[in-house]
Amino acid sequence: MLDVLLIGLSVGSILLLAALGLVIIYGAMGVVNMAHGEMIMVGAYAAVMTQIWLGWGLYAAIPIAFVLTALLGFLIERCVVRRLYGRLGDTLLATWGVAILVQQFVRLEGGLAFFGIHIEGLGPGLQNMPVPTELQGAFQIAGTSINAYRAFIVASTIVLTLATWLLLYRTRIGMQVRAIIRNPRMAAACGIDVERVNALTFAFGAGLAGITGVLVAGFKTVSPDMGTALVVDSFLVVVAGGVGSLLGAVVTAIGLGEVNGVVAAVTNDIVARAAVFGLVILLIVVRPQGLFSFKGR
Amino acid sequence: MLTTSRRRLLVSSAASAAALASPAWMRSAFAADTIKVGALYSQTGGLSIVEKMLANAVRMAVAEINAAGGVMGRTVEVVLEDGASDPKTFNEKASKLVTRDRIETVFGCHTSASRKAVLPVFERRNAMLFYQTHYEGYECSKNVVYSGAVANQQLGNYIPWIAQKLGKKKFFIVGSNYVYPREMAKVSKKLIEESGAKWVADEYLELGHSEWATMVRKIKESGADVVLSNVVGDSLVAFYREYKNQGMSQAAVPICATVTSEIEIAAMGAEYAAGSYTSVPYFMSIDTPANKSFIERYRKFVNDPKAVTYHSLEAAYFQVFLWKQAVEAGKATTADAIRANIGGQTFDAPGGRVRIDPDSLHAWVTPRIGQWQADGQSKVVDANPQPLRPLPYSAYGETDSNLICTRKGAVTAKI
Repeated sequence: MLDVLLIGLSVGSILLLAALGLVIIYGAMGVVNMAHGEMIMVGAYAAVMTQIWLGWGLYAAIPIAFVLTALLGFLIERCVVRRLYGRLGDTLLATWGVAILVQQFVRLEGGLAFFGIHIEGLGPGLQNMPVPTELQGAFQIAGTSINAYRAFIVASTIVLTLATWLLLYRTRIGMQVRAIIRNPRMAAACGIDVERVNALTFAFGAGLAGITGVLVAGFKTVSPDMGTALVVDSFLVVVAGGVGSLLGAVVTAIGLGEVNGVVAAVTNDIVARAAVFGLVILLIVVRPQGLFSFKGR
Repeated sequence: MLTTSRRRLLVSSAASAAALASPAWMRSAFAADTIKVGALYSQTGGLSIVEKMLANAVRMAVAEINAAGGVMGRTVEVVLEDGASDPKTFNEKASKLVTRDRIETVFGCHTSASRKAVLPVFERRNAMLFYQTHYEGYECSKNVVYSGAVANQQLGNYIPWIAQKLGKKKFFIVGSNYVYPREMAKVSKKLIEESGAKWVADEYLELGHSEWATMVRKIKESGADVVLSNVVGDSLVAFYREYKNQGMSQAAVPICATVTSEIEIAAMGAEYAAGSYTSVPYFMSIDTPANKSFIERYRKFVNDPKAVTYHSLEAAYFQVFLWKQAVEAGKATTADAIRANIGGQTFDAPGGRVRIDPDSLHAWVTPRIGQWQADGQSKVVDANPQPLRPLPYSAYGETDSNLICTRKGAVTAKI
């Protein structure tokens, strides 16, 4: 039974990783960022490229992917999202368009494919990110074998969640973000530079997605359309957990992960997937505002 | 004199003006020196990765045919259409090729979903589709030439080989949740029981899903000594990785696959697949001058010195030559002529001799089993001595003597 719970925990932490960036973006800005999955994809490609071109491994790829996707997020905020605040449907369409652009950019190798130039690591094919040898295989704790890479993902999730929590609740800018989450107009009236804080939040959320990409690259194929499936899962977590609630995201992600793990162990993976979706539907019917949410919005 | 010649001049210039103004398909009727064929593959969307390779193989075969003098002395021209990884688009583009461009032969489709979507177009308009992907069978159309393997050609020798040569007695069957893996499981179960082994489970995971933790744990706990995998797409990459990461060894409990090819092995990292098996008619590692030359020519054609070839790509390539032979034998490009003449045509493909069955229009191919090595290439550990007859309905009692798919169509009374 312990190994089933551990599997659920690791499924949950991948959900949480994917959702973490989205929680603060959706929470602070009310922007449904459909390009979030593509940020994860860019992070994964950053890892592949780091490996191919610099010869550095997974660990070194984490900061590189963070910086790269944060910059990309900043750019998207400046060029597209900034003009669409308060227009939920429009941000949905616009960021969906951005998602397709980013995907095609990777597929067409930044447009160089038209000139017959091939950049190794990009393109429409499947890519492969090697995992450091110490993270391959399994080790034994208390009679249960634990998958090393999954343990690494769980640990990384804990670290990143703590970092995000510290940033949101123990720094000045975090306080401003929380103020914006509660009531953006009131925050602006109190002298918070909402535009600047939003841009930084968006960049940070994108950066977190980048790190998720690196970690996901270790057990998934890296391909231009890998982000689409992940973004669905992360929306589940954000919506069910309560918009902008870090605690909600943590509880929902782990909860859904465990439900998935246990149901899959008892029946099968397809029923487990249906159970997760059913549970989320039930949850938003009973509590439309999500498990944990602020009164302000 | 002057007036007649002027009138003639007027008439002829009017005619040529009309010809220039007429739509493209009418103009092409004047230029009867080229033969147009369609290539219908996704150039965009999720399936484009693989289907672009197949389109390249078709284009390469056509280029080689043209370089050697064309078909009946005429140049072959490929009209490439993008199915956009979407069966509905496949249907629309097939109609465009067959109805508007008046093309009689189309090479294309990769998934069964897209093939089923275009099938009515080809049957209604009596055009020919050449389909290269190995598939689940259970189809019999006089408008399709199937050049990939069907279930009996992948499993017929595979399951007994696993049971006897590898000495495995407990099978765990996994697959993606759609028609191909489920039909393959149906055939496997029959063959497993015939081989004196048994299957302990038959489990599926959603297409494109990549969370394998629970499934691998179940495999581990089931006590199975071999895994039969019909998993497709990039979720199989996650599967092999998870398998190794949970401490499963390919030496003790090997994964025996029907889909995993050179492409996926390269994407997962060869160390995860080393020691596992796949059963398909063609492997890149087949050590013949014909295959070496094929790989070299393909790499030159796509301008990528590291490009990989695999079974569907080889079939996409050789089916163009079979089409050429059928057209030349019947001296016509129509579907009726191709159907009448393609049965019994043989061709020395890169992977060995292939032959089109006159009854089912499926290909006789040589079943091979490859064991994946640490370099991402396979070692062929077992091969049928000769090409094997295709039996698209093998799960429903079709045998060499009891054919369901016949020249007159499927005999459903026997199912």
